[in-house]
Amino acid sequence: MNTVPSLYFVPQSATRLLSLAVLGFVGLMLFGYFSPKWVVSLATLSLANGLVSLGILIMMRSGVVPFGQGLVFAAGGYAAALAFNHLGVRDALLLCLLGGVAALLVAAPFAPLLARYRGIFFAMLTLALSMVMYGVLMKSESLGGSDGFNVSRPTLFGMLAPASRPELLLWSVTAFFTCLLASLVRLYCNSSRGLLSLAVRENELRVEYLGSSVVNVVAWNYVLAAFLGGVGGALSVLALGHIEPNFSYWTTSGEFVFVAILAGQHSVLAILASSFLLELVRSFSSSYFPNTWQFSLGLFLLLVIRFLPDGLGSLAQKFPMRRARPAPPLGGTAP
Amino acid sequence: MSLLQTILFDGITYASWLFVVALGLTLVFGVLKILNIAHGSFYAIGAYAGASLVGWVLSMKVSPALGVVALVMAAVGVAALVAPLTERGLLRMFYGRDEVLLVLVTYAMFLMLEDVMKMIWGVNPYYVSDTYQAFGNIELGGLSYVTYDILLIGVALLCGLLTWWVLNRTRTGKIVTAVIHSPEVASSMGVRISRIYAGAFSAGVFLAALGGALTAPMISVQPGLSVGVIITSFAVVIIGGLGSIEGAAIGALVVGLARAASVHLWPPAELFSIYVVMAVILVFKPEGLFQRIQARKI
Repeated sequence: MNTVPSLYFVPQSATRLLSLAVLGFVGLMLFGYFSPKWVVSLATLSLANGLVSLGILIMMRSGVVPFGQGLVFAAGGYAAALAFNHLGVRDALLLCLLGGVAALLVAAPFAPLLARYRGIFFAMLTLALSMVMYGVLMKSESLGGSDGFNVSRPTLFGMLAPASRPELLLWSVTAFFTCLLASLVRLYCNSSRGLLSLAVRENELRVEYLGSSVVNVVAWNYVLAAFLGGVGGALSVLALGHIEPNFSYWTTSGEFVFVAILAGQHSVLAILASSFLLELVRSFSSSYFPNTWQFSLGLFLLLVIRFLPDGLGSLAQKFPMRRARPAPPLGGTAP
Repeated sequence: MSLLQTILFDGITYASWLFVVALGLTLVFGVLKILNIAHGSFYAIGAYAGASLVGWVLSMKVSPALGVVALVMAAVGVAALVAPLTERGLLRMFYGRDEVLLVLVTYAMFLMLEDVMKMIWGVNPYYVSDTYQAFGNIELGGLSYVTYDILLIGVALLCGLLTWWVLNRTRTGKIVTAVIHSPEVASSMGVRISRIYAGAFSAGVFLAALGGALTAPMISVQPGLSVGVIITSFAVVIIGGLGSIEGAAIGALVVGLARAASVHLWPPAELFSIYVVMAVILVFKPEGLFQRIQARKI
């Protein structure tokens, strides 16, 4: 049975993707403007977390699942928070970029080492790194220890958030990064290196035989995922106004994997939608079933795995909104 | 010298209950190929059930030493009740699915069981330290140790040897080994795979619950127990090599000693010493200490 076509994204030109990203950004801004505050806050957090899961999607396409993305999530979050409090950086765009770069720098030295591992060993090594980070953060008094520390509201190009709708400033930054990074991830998936990831997943020996380096592909994917995780971490910190070591705890990392699995590997949009759905379920569960919200979340997860084993993204394939374009032939190159 | 002795004893005591829990985890992985996150919940349920049963037994004014029997009975009860409910009632619906998906199924079980425990036992801590003190202290090498800790080491040895004996020296063990190697071939030879899966899973749950029940007198039993223990158990089985009893024993010792050393020599490192050791071992032995390297697929 051939499973490759379901992992292909229908090829899109860079111009078309950029246009879609601009349209998506405008759509998200309108959504934020007309939605109540709690929805915008929830969506901001969802998209920030969704970016981390997007990084996991990149990794999963090369056949490895990191269970320790809390490492880069926390690295990005702490970098942004420290830059805000100690370096006087107030601009949300700059803080998010700083978060992404910091996470990338934290992850880069480990990438060549991690790229040698597969399966549960890759998962556990990434988890070990995130738990070491957690332990260090818990014991670092200068970083607030287990309590963490607070961060005030950021600005955007020197402008303060509007007093009537303060959440819209961060929403616009979140929407910008989400649209930009999602479209870049989409482009990357269809690039030769992105397609090579699928080949690595299918058969590593063949990839090496054909002259490409498997370790190189996996390592680069890990570094890219780290950047996405760092931006997600920075956005989350700015949205929550607080950071603590739990950003690096294994349960946080587990939720990012959960979103990636919930979405399946069919679409970038499915990841973001799944992240929003998870936050929605969590929010409603904790509001309406405060003592059993974890039970509700677990039940929801079981139902999805039971009835949608290929993730929510597979729904789009079952009920296509538009005429589906044929997947490229297996032996051919994507246009 | 006394510091080294203390580190060794603390490390071995910690390793003993951890080994019991990790043994269950590695057994379930070996047979069912499931890395069971809910194993931590079974440990916590064992601790709660043990604390409740000991509390009830001791309320009848019997000797606190009898609490140990109550702890073992609690573990048996948990295995008899929880294992069929989770394995037959839920897990078997997902057999044959991708390994990562199965991990997520057990993660969902873990989330659900967290709230189930809160519903049954509430959020207040349980203390049953009478049983821990009941056996007094023992003098060894000029230092005084709690006898219960030494009993715990004995129980861990017994569990390890018994599991090894069943798997390597009995007919049931041979059947289980056959199922581990190839469920399809074993099935075609007349082995009822579902029965082996249920049995191995029940044994795993029993070991987790026993580990939890036996540690209940040493700690305050409260919500959050399962989260910590499952990741430490993962570290143990990864260090030793997944599916290996000897590996679980060595892994538990490594983790126990690393933790004890950091507690006594550099306390701030306690939280992450285990993971540093795991990372270092994986760097040099990527498949764990007792796992043979598998050939890559072509």
